[in-house]
Amino acid sequence: MTIHLSIVLWLPLVAGLLALLLPRAIARWVSLLGALCVLAYAIVLVADYDSARGGLQYVTDVVWIRSLGIHYKLGVGGLNLFLLLTTAITFTAAALWSALREQDIPRPGLYALLMGLAESGVLGAFMAQDLALFVVFFDLMLVPFYFLTLIWGGPDRGPAVLKLFIYTLVGSLLMLVGAIATGVLAAKGGTPTFVLSDLVRHPLTRGSQEWIFLVFALAFLIKMPAFPFHGWMPDGYQQMPIPVLAVFTAILSKVAAYGFLQVAIPLFPKAAVHFQELVMLVALASILYGSAMAFTTTKARLILGYSSVAQLGFIVLGIFALNQRGADGALLQSMNHALVAGPMIFIVALLAARAGGSEDVRDMGGGAFRAPVLAAVFLVLTYALLAMPGSANFIGEFFILLGVFQSKLAISVVAFAGVAMAAVYALRLYIRSMHNRAGPDVESREMSLRDGLVLVPMMLVVLALALYPQLALKRGDRAVTRAIAGAKLVQVNNALAAERTQEAAR
Amino acid sequence: MTAVLATVKGPYIDWSAISPILALLGGSVVVLLAGLLRSRAAREQLVPFLALAAFGTAIGLAIWQWDADTLVVAGAMRIDSLTLLSTLLVCATGVVATLIAWRGQAAKDLAHGEFFALMLVSSAGMVVLVAATNLVTTFTGLELLSLPLYILCASMMRSERSLESGLKYLIIGSVGSATLLYGFALIYGATGQTGYRAIARAIVTHHVAGDVLFLTAVAMTVVGLAFKASLAPFHQWTPDVYEGAPTSVTAFMSVATKTAAFGAILRLFDTALLPAVDDWRPVWIAIAILSILIGNVGALGQSSMKRMLAFSSIAQAGYILVGFVVVTSLGVQAVLFYLAVYLVSNLAAFAVIAARERETGMGDDIGALRGLGARRPLLAVSMTLAMLSLAGIPATAGFIGKFRLIESAADGGYTWLGILIVIGSMISLAYYLPVVAAMWRDEAEPALAPDVDARTGLPALAGGSPEADRPSAGWEVQLVAIVLGAAVLFFGIFPQPLFDLVQSAARGLGL
Repeated sequence: MTIHLSIVLWLPLVAGLLALLLPRAIARWVSLLGALCVLAYAIVLVADYDSARGGLQYVTDVVWIRSLGIHYKLGVGGLNLFLLLTTAITFTAAALWSALREQDIPRPGLYALLMGLAESGVLGAFMAQDLALFVVFFDLMLVPFYFLTLIWGGPDRGPAVLKLFIYTLVGSLLMLVGAIATGVLAAKGGTPTFVLSDLVRHPLTRGSQEWIFLVFALAFLIKMPAFPFHGWMPDGYQQMPIPVLAVFTAILSKVAAYGFLQVAIPLFPKAAVHFQELVMLVALASILYGSAMAFTTTKARLILGYSSVAQLGFIVLGIFALNQRGADGALLQSMNHALVAGPMIFIVALLAARAGGSEDVRDMGGGAFRAPVLAAVFLVLTYALLAMPGSANFIGEFFILLGVFQSKLAISVVAFAGVAMAAVYALRLYIRSMHNRAGPDVESREMSLRDGLVLVPMMLVVLALALYPQLALKRGDRAVTRAIAGAKLVQVNNALAAERTQEAAR
Repeated sequence: MTAVLATVKGPYIDWSAISPILALLGGSVVVLLAGLLRSRAAREQLVPFLALAAFGTAIGLAIWQWDADTLVVAGAMRIDSLTLLSTLLVCATGVVATLIAWRGQAAKDLAHGEFFALMLVSSAGMVVLVAATNLVTTFTGLELLSLPLYILCASMMRSERSLESGLKYLIIGSVGSATLLYGFALIYGATGQTGYRAIARAIVTHHVAGDVLFLTAVAMTVVGLAFKASLAPFHQWTPDVYEGAPTSVTAFMSVATKTAAFGAILRLFDTALLPAVDDWRPVWIAIAILSILIGNVGALGQSSMKRMLAFSSIAQAGYILVGFVVVTSLGVQAVLFYLAVYLVSNLAAFAVIAARERETGMGDDIGALRGLGARRPLLAVSMTLAMLSLAGIPATAGFIGKFRLIESAADGGYTWLGILIVIGSMISLAYYLPVVAAMWRDEAEPALAPDVDARTGLPALAGGSPEADRPSAGWEVQLVAIVLGAAVLFFGIFPQPLFDLVQSAARGLGL
């Protein structure tokens, strides 16, 4: 079956444009229809992807800008297949959530356009098989979030959104220089090319790899965010409108994690090995700092925000174990976290609506009293977030820790503590909001049909993945092998060289 | 007497090659005469139309001559694709500036005819400056460019700011010209030549590179050109002059003058002074660094849009210099590509500013843009694209321009200058984004200045409603803004035609 990735990629933007031009009353539904079509397409992709053959499929490759050597090359492989599906699911949920709440979103046409642009940008970043194209989409996807927060955000959004944009673009722009330098240096005086498969074949010298890798790593770590590059996160999270935040926290951080596997490690294997411990220490610091902040802060959104910092720390740790298990686990965990973090944000909105509009956990409590369904959905998601055995998150974290255990024992011991801390902050959020003494303004009520339409399907997806994680693991497996193959080779060579010097010394 | 005249033979002149310059100069005469007509309609409609026709003719003739590569008027000028491309850029800027000025106060104060005639003469000067391959011609072109601009800056004769702007520009500009002239004189002193090719040969044969006299000459030339291109640390005049001058003139100056100055810099340094590249490259690198830093930092926190764009233009000129200092063919292409990109982005911004100036009476204050997104979405989209393009965000022309500049820097072994460009871009977000935020965030209608008529600046008549008196922006200004905004987006997605345009431009240089 031929599937044109360009259609999937641009469909959200086209739907957004239609929503802007069509009458205001149907804008939200057009936007939702667009998101649903992308979702359907993504499901077809997953079903149709030939996992026996593996590798890149449905490749589109045309020259975009001849003078710059940039190709418009898209492809789907084991790495991005399920991330694309996750993106489609999350954006559909956000579109449905916004469509059912017309009073929250004035100017629905513009909103639909920006959400469409955001989805196209994220899908583009996931599909791009050309380094320059990846950078373009990586930067571009931030622009709609700037406007979405600026127009529909909280009361103090002005400085927050500026900070968010500048912070994250600092990384992206440096990455642009890194990407261009990669193309120019790999060409060795010829016409530069940025196609990833060509660049992998022409590795750079070690010195160039090192600085370019650091630039890429910085961009990805800021976007995630990881400690200590998370300065934009608290303000940004508090000012974003709920559906926008759900998409942002679920998906954008995963683009960064994906970037490590897709770009940074295959292109700069020597540097990846050289800086392995440094990046792992950053990840470890993120886990500890994120967890500690998540169980001290009282704002529900920030609990989730800091928990993302910690969870992304696990994912980076798994990637930089630089072995099969760790990277497998990281890829699975990227998907798990996205599927859990999105609905959690929606639940925070429901909790706030029941606590007199406050998102502070001190004002919540007793929420489960008259809302058994809400409590049940929330509990399932909480268990998934804290990686309870039986959830797919458990499998993801297990693989990650196994991988880290095999490569760096000391780091894995500390990281185990992070798993326990996840239980503390996740359960704390649940208990303080659903149990305990009811807060002064709390009015416990069941979630309505429109909330259920968004949350229950997402919970079912989380459950389904818990029952059958092999679906994602199996397809990602070989792609992960390829992604870290270069780095593994470097490790082996380093070990051999070390042995040889030892023998020579003897 | 007659006998003497008979023996002096004038040089052969290839009239077709210099036809774009002639169209501009001829057009200025026609426009000046048409401006003397009695009928008001003739002055207000016919004169700008004739100016547009002159610019259009020059563009047409430049396209006709596109493949030309000839030395004309006894080697005084070279008509090649660098000259012709600059002609296109200058004339396109002229068209936009004419449309913005059409119903503006400045053109009225200068009786229409003079205003547009001066603009045409200045454009002709710009083309001569880029085409010049002889120091004398270069200086002639420079003065032909500058003198009309001094008057244009002061053309709003009832505005103190405009007069101040004109005077400041005159004084500083003259210092710049004098320095440049001194530099040229010393180059002649060191090499004994005024023709570019001859200078290049003399530098090699006389081994003057590194010589004190020659170094002084180069330094003064650099300073003089840096004044004209408003590069730091010779930029102090720029914010005041840009802010005080009428918006149409500021738009024209900020783009066309820069194009001409960079054309001249490329031609002079990449041909005549190329053998002494090690003497001048470090100086230009220092100027590039200073321009990027000072321009970007200076623009922070400015509430006057024109002042902000003045500082931003200093920074943008610094980015462009990066493409020049690598001294490669790729770098030249990057410079010209970026100039074209800068043209569309900057002029789109100025068109929106001009439209809001007329509609709100708040001048060029950022407050005039408040809430534009809700009420005038097309103008707001144009302004947004312009700002994002100047900041270098993907899907805009500015991104591709920066990409090319960084690529040429990396290719020439100056990757760290590429990093400097992106550091500048990061700082620049802190002043471009508040403009975007003002347009899209706030729904509030900007308050009119209390009891002041927007058009005349005089107190409103009792009982007169400000709503009714508010002039509209004029369809032509809005059209310009929207077309340029669309161009920013178009060239951000399909830049290849523009790349093809600049490709041949480096051919005529010594690279």
